[in-house]
Amino acid sequence: MSILVNKDSKVIVQGFTGKEGTFHAEQMLAYGTQVVGGVTPGKGGMKHLGQPVFNTVYEAVQTTKANVSIIFVPPAFAADAIMEAADAGVELIVAITEGIPVKDMIYAKHYIDERGVRMIGPNCPGVITPGECKLGIMPGFIHNPGHVGILSRSGTLTYEAVDQVTKQGLGQSTCVGIGGDPIIGSTHLDIIKLFNEDPDTHGIVMIGEIGGSNEEKAAEWIADHVTKPVVGFIAGRTAPPGRRMGHAGAIVSGGKGTADGKMAVMRECGIHVVESPAEIGTVMAEALRAAAV
Amino acid sequence: MKLHEYQAKELIKSFGVPIQEGTAVSTVEEALEAAKTLYEGGPDGNFFVVKAQIHAGGRGKGTIKETGSHGVVVVKGLDGVEKAAKDILGGTLVTVQNEATGGSTVRKILIAQDMYYPGPSDRKEYYISIMLDRETGRDVIIASSEGGMNIEEVAEKTPEKIVKEWVDPAVGLQSFQVRKIAFGLGFTGAAFKNATKFIANLYKAYKGLDADMLEINPMFKSADDKVLAVDCKMSIDSNALYRHKDVAAMRDITEEDPLEVEASEHHLNYIKLDGNVGCMVNGAGLAMATMDMIKLSGGEPANFLDVGGNASAETVEEGFRIILKDPHVKAILVNIFGGIVRCDRVANGVVEAYKNIGEIKVPIIVRLQGTNAEEAAKIIDESGLKVVSAITLEDAAAKVKGALA
Repeated sequence: MSILVNKDSKVIVQGFTGKEGTFHAEQMLAYGTQVVGGVTPGKGGMKHLGQPVFNTVYEAVQTTKANVSIIFVPPAFAADAIMEAADAGVELIVAITEGIPVKDMIYAKHYIDERGVRMIGPNCPGVITPGECKLGIMPGFIHNPGHVGILSRSGTLTYEAVDQVTKQGLGQSTCVGIGGDPIIGSTHLDIIKLFNEDPDTHGIVMIGEIGGSNEEKAAEWIADHVTKPVVGFIAGRTAPPGRRMGHAGAIVSGGKGTADGKMAVMRECGIHVVESPAEIGTVMAEALRAAAV
Repeated sequence: MKLHEYQAKELIKSFGVPIQEGTAVSTVEEALEAAKTLYEGGPDGNFFVVKAQIHAGGRGKGTIKETGSHGVVVVKGLDGVEKAAKDILGGTLVTVQNEATGGSTVRKILIAQDMYYPGPSDRKEYYISIMLDRETGRDVIIASSEGGMNIEEVAEKTPEKIVKEWVDPAVGLQSFQVRKIAFGLGFTGAAFKNATKFIANLYKAYKGLDADMLEINPMFKSADDKVLAVDCKMSIDSNALYRHKDVAAMRDITEEDPLEVEASEHHLNYIKLDGNVGCMVNGAGLAMATMDMIKLSGGEPANFLDVGGNASAETVEEGFRIILKDPHVKAILVNIFGGIVRCDRVANGVVEAYKNIGEIKVPIIVRLQGTNAEEAAKIIDESGLKVVSAITLEDAAAKVKGALA
């Protein structure tokens, strides 16, 4: 078991024939992901990486029966691509694109919510169920099939956590990069709920960063509902207030969304909060051992 | 992207939001010219507001270091304008928001009409702002009858004085919502009508300009029932600047840190901090985590630097150059987890940078992990450079500690 994606997920790539789309579709195919086609308006009828190219997502879904779309479309056109995927009837959209204007995302988020479509991202590394489906831009080889669920707003910090967990001899059920933007499809809480229901996920690593209050909300829900051990880390304790730290959503404003504040709430909610990002793997391993006793 | 008051006012005016009229100038002569034409009846006997144009807030209470003048002053007649312009222009304005960096040089002042004239009805200051509410994914309009005050203070002490309206993305801001805000602030009669127009147009400006924050404090009702923006703070969503070329051209790089400007020209995301350990990282989350780790190792981060997903030898070299321009840097930690960016490319960047920059006097700790990490280590090891390599994050932290000892 796993969450969101597995070996049966059928994937189409929006922005398939572009540089990023091509590179990562190749990597995904090499990992064994079922990439069944792609969409580039105006290039319908072509073959690319051995797979059919369609003009519209609707056509691609009708023909290939894809249930997942991954988006590599440039930021100016990405919100439109998200809405097209939702309209075409896919169950899951993973939007990798970074730099989508907030105004566009307000509309796109409203559109997909109305249609009940789940989205991961944007501005995220994607989702991977090790050994089954790599749906994103993460390096596949650091992952190992196993029972730790990992979620994070960041890309490389997620890889760091994955690597540490793998080096503890553990593996991952699914790893989800939820994205660093102020408006994202799925929050920490949304993914925590899925991990909690997944019998194959025995422990959870939840990584957050400064800005917003998603981590606090997830932590409060964890306190009431989750018995699996949860290890937490918040990046940005040393970030100055009022400055955007790379991610559009990573900003402490009006004294709200600080790392210390988030860590305090997470501790109160029974999460194993680590001070140093270097301790994520070891603390998870210990927590799992303690839970098994 | 932050805007100056005068720029923001011009922009909202173009959407039909009434403003306190004025002209931005950069010399005393221009200030006098502007003052002569600001009132129909000429300058004599009239009051003017002279306002320093810097990005930092708290200008009114802030002080010009050289002359002792405040950053915003009300003066009478041409003589008053001349004195204020001389006191403020070219001076260093220190406010609560910029005192940490030693204040900002005033390059422009706004010569504006004084709207606080007496008349038949009461004058009153209000507060209104528009921003994204991250919890709901919607724009929220926040207004208060306590103008001129810090909104966070009002929210804490007298939350009943704050009115909030969320905008449904499907239908946009509705008239009843605008009325709710205007009634909520206590507007009546002619002023009520003017307030609804003001609020509706302000939201149009926010939307039309792709603003990510628009704050009017104070929003002012004059003694003859006009409703207008006396101050205006606005920043624009940088991701949307491609569709607002005219607004993008308003960027004032003199208000930004020169190293940050240089970094942005090389597509590097750099933020200067006060510490002693420079760092170069790929990915914003890992960059913040690396900064936190430097602190736990007994150092203080000198910067945030995300080299992004496409780090090449060139971008890494630029990163080094920028970090090394900060004289406080005593050590540099390079922390790259290779996913999109391949570690061998970063390793080549480190080697190239060394060769091109000449002697680098501070110790460098390089931690490369991920795609092609072994090739990268080989490139570093065979280069003969004085670089300490680390594999795990823990190891890197220990080596930073060692370098500072």
